[in-house]
Amino acid sequence: MSGSHRIPVEEVRHIAELAHIELTKEEEIVFAEQFNRILEYFSMIDEADTEDVPPTFHVLDLVNVYREDEVYESVKGNEPLRNAPKKEGRFFKSPRIV
Amino acid sequence: MSRIYEMTAAEIRDKVRSQEISAQEYLHSILERIGYVDEKVHAYVTIAREEAVAGAREIDEKARRGEKLGPLAGVVVAVKDNICTKGIRTTCSSRMLENFVPPYDATVIERLKASDAIIIGKTNMDEFAMGSTTETSYFGATRNPWNLDKVPGGSSGGSAAAVIAEEATVALGSDTGGSIRCPASYCSDVGLKPTYGLVSRYGLISYANSLEQIGPITRTVRDCALLLSVISGHDSRDSTSLRIPRKNYLKYLIGDIKGLRIGLPKEFFGEGVEEDVKEPVLEAVGKLEELGASCYEASIPAMRYVLPAYYIIAMSEASSNLARYDGLRYGYRDENDEGNFDEVFSRNRRIGFGAEVRRRIILGTYALSAGYFEQYYLKALKIRTLIRRDFERVFKDADVVIGPTMPLLPFNIGERIDDPLKLYMCDILTVPANLTGYPALSVPSGFRRGLPVGMQIIGKPFDEGTLLRVAYTFEQNTRYNEFRPPL
Repeated sequence: MSGSHRIPVEEVRHIAELAHIELTKEEEIVFAEQFNRILEYFSMIDEADTEDVPPTFHVLDLVNVYREDEVYESVKGNEPLRNAPKKEGRFFKSPRIV
Repeated sequence: MSRIYEMTAAEIRDKVRSQEISAQEYLHSILERIGYVDEKVHAYVTIAREEAVAGAREIDEKARRGEKLGPLAGVVVAVKDNICTKGIRTTCSSRMLENFVPPYDATVIERLKASDAIIIGKTNMDEFAMGSTTETSYFGATRNPWNLDKVPGGSSGGSAAAVIAEEATVALGSDTGGSIRCPASYCSDVGLKPTYGLVSRYGLISYANSLEQIGPITRTVRDCALLLSVISGHDSRDSTSLRIPRKNYLKYLIGDIKGLRIGLPKEFFGEGVEEDVKEPVLEAVGKLEELGASCYEASIPAMRYVLPAYYIIAMSEASSNLARYDGLRYGYRDENDEGNFDEVFSRNRRIGFGAEVRRRIILGTYALSAGYFEQYYLKALKIRTLIRRDFERVFKDADVVIGPTMPLLPFNIGERIDDPLKLYMCDILTVPANLTGYPALSVPSGFRRGLPVGMQIIGKPFDEGTLLRVAYTFEQNTRYNEFRPPL
């Protein structure tokens, strides 16, 4: 296993883009420094022997929980728009998509 | 007689039911108390005065008409601000949700209302529950009622502070990596993280959904049992809530622990755990032995990896759970709509989220990205299996596992906040219960330097009853729960 590799500022910018979070130039630098320290600490798990150990995604042994497909009362009228920061008539107003 | 805002939930509900004290009178004494102390403590983000007053009036009318009142009649509940309350804004202490008013109640809120409890307001927290100090709140830090220069713990710091400062009878918190137990320990409250699947998460705003549970924060073990009895039980709207019969946890409150076997993992008393914390907890364990329990030293070898594994999993889940905040249907939307959707979306998330939330989303995205998925996320999930196996082994011989809740005493506000890694280290003793899903409770076990120390009791899955019995027996024989901060 590798130790930790250092993440350069460009990679921080790229991941932040994937996560849809804009960063200022100063933040990119601070975050890169912090990420490297945190990831170096995380890399301690490399040494754990997990040969043949299955992952635990979830602590409960539940598989496919179903319920009856019944219709319930749902939020009505203009209520769904109540929290919308920008709207027009009965619609959410989106920024330009393309 | 004691002042009426000092009463416990068990006391006030009896007095409201018998009409000895009206729900309105009690509520007003608490509102007055909030007016007096919250300027110093800053436990609340929102006070729902109107709704609470209307609720109290309705309960009193019901009592006057001779209707049967619920198990929490007149009890004033403070709710962590990541639990949705219909018509009362729910912010997660984030600018992102500063103006968000949920159109529905979380299941736990529905159950509180059906039990005739009164929701008094929403409590401060670390933004999106990401922190252990309540300092990352967009609305400013909550202060520890025992010493206003110290952190109250987090992320449910507002709930824990409100309860010990008697600004509410009881509170709800949520616990993803210790967020109920840590502030309960730091404020001298009883705090319980139930077994994963016992309490519905419907209406809890998600941070790391495979780890978190809603639970009670109270001044007495009895109130903890009372509140748990109301909020637990299956809910078809949360597919991870288990179909098990509902229990009345009050029946476990017997002052007898004879024959109880306690495992003391040496890692919970090892390096990095302050003497000031170790000492009172070992004294508390001695008390339990005096009362008929037996102890033996245990070991959880995987403790070495528990913290990185927890943070990798929590951050990964956070990056997915918080992807929904785009500022379109709700949430922060900047005036500036320039650019395409991706640019606007990314700008809203830069301004709407604080630094720690952004840090965790980006690191989680990294841990899940191609090339690193196996090295970080999958490896962490395998370690989760190792930790579970370690605990299963210890629980073959032990009924409960005991250690300190926190490795150090409450520290100064501002002392650790600039160093994320140093802050993460505080969670070392609380995260195992989240990774395994096991129930864990923090109970007041003394003071050092005028600051509270909590003892953590971890139990087998769905064995909350034993945790409550042990905590109750300890409380009845020590009375640390009777101390109050000088406010």
